[in-house]
Amino acid sequence: MLDPYIPLVLMFALALGFAVFSVAIAPLVGPRRYNKAKFDAYECGIEPSPQPTVGGGRMPVAYYLTAMLFILFDIEMVFLYPYAVSADSLGMFGVAAVVLFIATFGFADLYVWYRGGFEWN
Amino acid sequence: MTETARLLADDPIWLVLIKVVGTFAFLVLMTLLTIWAERRVIGRMQHRPGPNRAGPFGILQSLADGLKLAFKEDIRPVLADKWIYILAPVISATPALVAFSVMPIAPRVTLFGEETALQLVELPVGLLVVLAAAAIGVYGIVLAGWSSGSPYPLLGSLRSAAQVISYEIAMGLSFVAVIMYSGTLSTAGIVEAQEGGWFFALLPFSFAVYVIAMVGETNRAPFDLPEAESELVGGFHTEYSSLKFALFFLAEYINMVTVSALATTLFLGGWHAPWPLSLIGDGVLNTGWWPALWFLLKTIGFLFLFVWLRATLPRLRYDQFMNLGWKVLIPLSLVWICAVTVIRGLRNAEAVSAQQFLLIGGGAIAVLLVAAFLIPDRPPQEPEEPQAPLSGGGYPVPPLDLQVPQTPRRRTPVSSGASVAEHPQTRSPEGDEGGNSSTKEAPDGSV
Repeated sequence: MLDPYIPLVLMFALALGFAVFSVAIAPLVGPRRYNKAKFDAYECGIEPSPQPTVGGGRMPVAYYLTAMLFILFDIEMVFLYPYAVSADSLGMFGVAAVVLFIATFGFADLYVWYRGGFEWN
Repeated sequence: MTETARLLADDPIWLVLIKVVGTFAFLVLMTLLTIWAERRVIGRMQHRPGPNRAGPFGILQSLADGLKLAFKEDIRPVLADKWIYILAPVISATPALVAFSVMPIAPRVTLFGEETALQLVELPVGLLVVLAAAAIGVYGIVLAGWSSGSPYPLLGSLRSAAQVISYEIAMGLSFVAVIMYSGTLSTAGIVEAQEGGWFFALLPFSFAVYVIAMVGETNRAPFDLPEAESELVGGFHTEYSSLKFALFFLAEYINMVTVSALATTLFLGGWHAPWPLSLIGDGVLNTGWWPALWFLLKTIGFLFLFVWLRATLPRLRYDQFMNLGWKVLIPLSLVWICAVTVIRGLRNAEAVSAQQFLLIGGGAIAVLLVAAFLIPDRPPQEPEEPQAPLSGGGYPVPPLDLQVPQTPRRRTPVSSGASVAEHPQTRSPEGDEGGNSSTKEAPDGSV
């Protein structure tokens, strides 16, 4: 009797092998014709500035906010799954608990909303 | 432990290997066919034939394209971070291939004399495997954009990541009601739970949220902001070429197949035959290899939906897109989960007893939540936007007011000085700023 995870591991190994093989073979089978412009960052005709990444490698702060909100909501999701699996055995206590949990979260969500956390331009 | 798990447990290792290779081949084949079908269908929708030269109906077109990509030059920009740049396509493609392995295609088939299920792996946490793989795929996108050392890929990858994680929440929340009704996270178990009725009818809102989220999650039109050509050139894979680019392409299409298969599994009854057919011969169409056919047909239906959406809808603006995710899908999903929980709990408890109080409280909170989300937003505070300089101070910038100069009066042949004095600066409200348009010649840069 096989461990149920064995096929998953095999699939992972095959996928990884295929991807690594593709990446490794790419420079070997393709042609190589030197052209300086090819190795520059893609731009519409102008020379890239010395700091090509946007704003010298900095990113708009809105993305960090999105990432943090994502973590919060993702954790909420993770808490909801175990409840959903065993919803029937928890009965009305479970219902009340999960509704209160979502409500608490919902109010925090509203707060973020009113503070402009969900404004994107 | 589901029946499928028991069936899979006594698979010999050679059969497992065959199924692994088979799943892999199936996914690559589906990618090639989907790309071809997409181009054909979009072609038809735009009144042109689409690719029809390579092979019958042009079916070999994507194979030809794939081979061509393999023999293209592999470029690595000087500014790229070498190892991460090479690794990113691998990180993107590997989880995409892994995610599909939990899909239950057929419950019981005979393969090379062995009785088995047409499903690579059956786990009690099957859905989590899909979510985990989707989450890891984001790393590939972000790292690809970051390591390219170029502005467009970086912007594209940031957008892409923000988009995928935003819609992943909506997607994950749409699962909760399904899990509640099936009582399990295993994909085969969810399909078995839909024997009496498919979940899309029982949980229409979850289904709608999932369908929207799956399009957002795979970065497909109308949510294909990461590769908005007019703004970002090609998105996070702008700097990639040859087989590395092919891997990103492969990952994108495999993800499409996976989310379509997942939609089938969760909401459209998986391998179950559609209603009138399921009555034939006491469910004979739900045995043997038939389920694989139904599963495939439903999955292809969703893939067609992707193509249809792409041909029909224009791309959303970034803020519209994020608003849809965070202000509509997620809050409404939460309310929906509350509602389903309460309704289910009420029905199971039958005699509502001492817990009545808690229950009414919960219901009231749910109603409050709905009401709270209906309150209109605080209007965004528009900062006083500094007026863009109409003609750059000191720099040779063309005037930005874009006013067409007035048609000159027909000049009377008598005196040239008089007509200038008549209307010296009629069309420049900013006084000196737009003064270029007056007939007086101003020295460049000093206006």
